[in-house]
Amino acid sequence: MTDASQSGPMLAADGTPLKLSLARSLRRQKMRALMLIAPLLVFVLLSFVLPIASMLFRSVENSIVSDTLPLTVEALAEWDETSGELPDEPVYDALTHDMVAAVEAKIHTRLGSRLNYEETGMSSLFRKSGRQFKKLDPATDGPFKDKVIDIHDGWGDVETWRVIKTHSVKITNGYFLNAVDMRRTPEGAQAQPEDKQILVKLFGRTLFMSLVITGTCILLAYPISYLLANLPMRVSNLLMILVLLPFWTSLLVRTSAWKVMLQQQGVINDTLVWLGLVADDARLVIINNQIGTIVAMTHILLPFMVLPMYSVMQTIPPYYTRAAKSMGATNWTTFWRIYFPQSIPGIGAGSILVFILAIGYYITPEIVGGTKGVFISNRIAYHISSSLNWGLAAALGTILLAVVLLLYWVYDKIVGIDNVKLG
Amino acid sequence: MAALTPISRKPLSMVIPAVAAAGAFFGIFVGAGNGSVFLGIIGGAAILAALAWVYITVLKNERMARWITIALFGVLGLVSGGAMGAVLGLLAGWFFGFFIYWLYEGRYRRKLLPYMTSGQVLWHYGFRVVCGAIFVFLITPILVVLPLSFNAEDFFTFTPEMLRLDPEGYSLKHYRDFFNNNEWQRSFKNSLIIAPIATIISVSLGTLAAIGLSQSHVPGRRAIMAVLISPMIVPLIISATGMFFFYSDIGRFLEGTLGMNKNFVGYLKVILAHAVLGIPFVIITVTATLVGFDRSLTRAAANMGAGPVKTFFSIQMPLILPGVISGGLFAFITSFDEVVVILFVGSASQKTLPWQMFTGLREQISPTILAVATILVVISIALLTTVELLRRRSERLRGLSPS
Repeated sequence: MTDASQSGPMLAADGTPLKLSLARSLRRQKMRALMLIAPLLVFVLLSFVLPIASMLFRSVENSIVSDTLPLTVEALAEWDETSGELPDEPVYDALTHDMVAAVEAKIHTRLGSRLNYEETGMSSLFRKSGRQFKKLDPATDGPFKDKVIDIHDGWGDVETWRVIKTHSVKITNGYFLNAVDMRRTPEGAQAQPEDKQILVKLFGRTLFMSLVITGTCILLAYPISYLLANLPMRVSNLLMILVLLPFWTSLLVRTSAWKVMLQQQGVINDTLVWLGLVADDARLVIINNQIGTIVAMTHILLPFMVLPMYSVMQTIPPYYTRAAKSMGATNWTTFWRIYFPQSIPGIGAGSILVFILAIGYYITPEIVGGTKGVFISNRIAYHISSSLNWGLAAALGTILLAVVLLLYWVYDKIVGIDNVKLG
Repeated sequence: MAALTPISRKPLSMVIPAVAAAGAFFGIFVGAGNGSVFLGIIGGAAILAALAWVYITVLKNERMARWITIALFGVLGLVSGGAMGAVLGLLAGWFFGFFIYWLYEGRYRRKLLPYMTSGQVLWHYGFRVVCGAIFVFLITPILVVLPLSFNAEDFFTFTPEMLRLDPEGYSLKHYRDFFNNNEWQRSFKNSLIIAPIATIISVSLGTLAAIGLSQSHVPGRRAIMAVLISPMIVPLIISATGMFFFYSDIGRFLEGTLGMNKNFVGYLKVILAHAVLGIPFVIITVTATLVGFDRSLTRAAANMGAGPVKTFFSIQMPLILPGVISGGLFAFITSFDEVVVILFVGSASQKTLPWQMFTGLREQISPTILAVATILVVISIALLTTVELLRRRSERLRGLSPS
C-alpha cells in the first residue's frame, strides 16, 4: 500500500500503473503457456483432426460423376427422368464426347465401379462399352443415339440414365442413405431392397453387444473392486497385479489366448470333455459367434471398468456403513441405501469408458467373432480394403464417430476428461 | 484384529456335513470323468465324512492327519489319471487336510469381527470365492498361453504328452522358429524401429504441452485438453480410416513431388500416426504428476538467478521425470501393440509384430504366435513393474506417502 494521500492509480516499481503491469504479466503468462502447447496442438490438429475432417467430407463428396461426364451431366439437366422416355440426341452426343475423353484418360471404369454401388451392372456397362466408344469420332460420326445403344443395351435403358442423373450432384447424401439401408432415387430417399438391408441391423447389433459387454463388465468388476478397496493395502496391491497384468498385456496376445481357449478343440472344451460335463461329439460352439466376441471383449475391457470403480470405492468412508448397521439397518439395506449410491460415479465412469471402447472395436471381433459376432467397425474395414466403397465407409465412420463423440461429451460432463486415471 | 476373536472347536455335527458337502462337490467332477456323476457325489461325500470322523475322534494328531490326506489323494490321483492326476490329487489332498482342521478348530473365524453372525461369515467367504473366480477369469487366458508355447506339436491345444508331463511333449521349437524365421524377425525389427521413435515424438511434444496446460491461466484449457485427448477416445477404426485417406495423399505428394525414398516415406507415415495415438497417454500421466508439483521451487530457482531453461532442466525435470517415463511407457506400448492404424496406413515393408500376429491368427495359424505372445507377456510384466516402481518413486519425491 502506498501513501493514502497519493492520488491517481497505484504504480508499480517502474512507474507504470499497477493494473496495467499486472495485465501485461498475465498476458505474458498466457502467451508462454500457449507457446508451450502450440507445437503439440498443431501436430494433433494437422495429423489427427484434419484427416478425420477430410474423412467426414469424403462421406458427402461425389464429384466423380460430374468430373468424368461433364457435358452429359449438363445435357441431362433438361431431361425429365420421370417421363419414362429415353433422353434425346444431344445427351448421347455429349456422352460420346465425354466417354471418348474418359477412355483416353482411363477413368471410365472408376466411374463404372462408383455407380455400381448404386445399381449393379453399371460397372460392366462402362467397362464393356469403353473399347467401342474409342472407335467413334465425336466430331464426324453423329448422330449417336442409335450407335451408342448398339454398343450396349444398357444405354437404351431409362434406368441407367436415371441413375446417372440422380448421382450427378457434387455433394450427395447418397452414402448416408446407404449407411442406413436406404438409397437415393429420382423420387427421393427410398428403402433398399430387403436382401441388401444389413447395415441398420449391424448398427443395432453393435449397440446391443456393446451394452451386453458393458453389463457383464459391471457385474464382474463390482465385486472385485469392492474387495480391492476394502482389503488392507498390502494384499490389495498384490491382487491389483492380477488386474493390471491383463491391462498391460498386448491386445493381440489376449485375443490369441481367447482363440486358444474357445476353439472346438480348445482348452475350455477339452477340460469340459475331460471332466465329462460335455460329450466329445457335442462340444460347445463358443467361437466365431456372439458368445466368443462377448466373452473375449469382456475380459479385454474388464480392467477399464475395475480401475475407475476401484478409485471411487477407495474414497467411500467405511464408517458410513458401520453407522448404518449400528442404527439397525440390515446388511442388504446398508449396501443398497448407503454403499451402492456412493459407488455410482465409479460405475458411470467405467461404463461410459467401456462402452466407448467396445463400440469401435475391430481386432477382437474380427478374430473371434466369425460372421455373427462382428461389429460395424468390421464393415468399415471391409469397405475400405475389400469393396473399395470409400464413401460408404466414410459415412458409416461418421455415424459411429457421432455416437462416440456424444458419449465423450457425456463423459466429460460427468467425470471430467482430466480425471482419467491410468495404472 | 487377528487376536481379537477367540476361537473354539466346533461340534462334529457341523464339521462332518460341511466337509461331506465339499467332498460331494469335488466328487461331481471326478465322477463325471469316470462315468457316473451320482456315484462320484456319494463317494466323495462318504470318503471325506469318514476321513474327518477318523481324524477328529480317533487320530487326534493334526500334522499326521494332513500328511495322510495328501498321500492318500496323491495315490488315488496317480492310479486314476497318471502324472497330471497325481498333481491334482496332491493339491486336493492338501486342500482337504487344511479344510477339515480349518473348520474343526474354528480357524475360519480367527480374522473376523467377533460379533459376526454365521450367515455373515458364510457370506464373507462366499464373496471371496466369487471374487477368486473372477480373478481366475482375468488371469487364466494369459497363463494358458505360457505352457502351450512350449508345445512340441503344431497344435493350439494341450497334447496328451503334455498332460502326462512327459518331457517329450515339450520343446522350444516355436521359439526357434520365431528367432530364425525372416518374416517374424523383420516384423520384430520394424516394431523396434517404429515404437521408440513414435514414443520420443509424443513424449517430447506431450511433456511440453502438459507443462503449458498446467500453468494457471490457459485460455480455452478444456477445449485444448479435449482435442489432445481425442486420439484415445475416437475409435481406432475411424482414426485409421481418416489417416488412410490423408496419409496416402501426403505420401503421394512426398514421393511424387519431392522425390523422397518410398521406404522412408512409409516409415514416416506410420511413425507420425503412432505418435498421435500415444500423445493422450503422455498428457494424462504428466499432467497428473504436475498436479502435485510445488511451484515455489521454480520461483526459488528463478529468484536465485536461474533462467527458464536452466530451471526446467535442473529443477522441474528431475521431479516430473517418473511421470514422463511412465507416460512414455504407455505411449510405447500403444505403438508397440497397435495394429488397426498400421494395417491401413502402412505397407508390407512396415509390417510390425502385431500385424504379423494378426495375419497369423486370421490365416495360417501357427503356434509361433504363442511363443511370441509369451515373449510379449514377459515384456509387459517388465513394463508393469517399471511403471509401478516409478509411481512409488514419484510419490516419494513429491512427499506423498506411497500407497
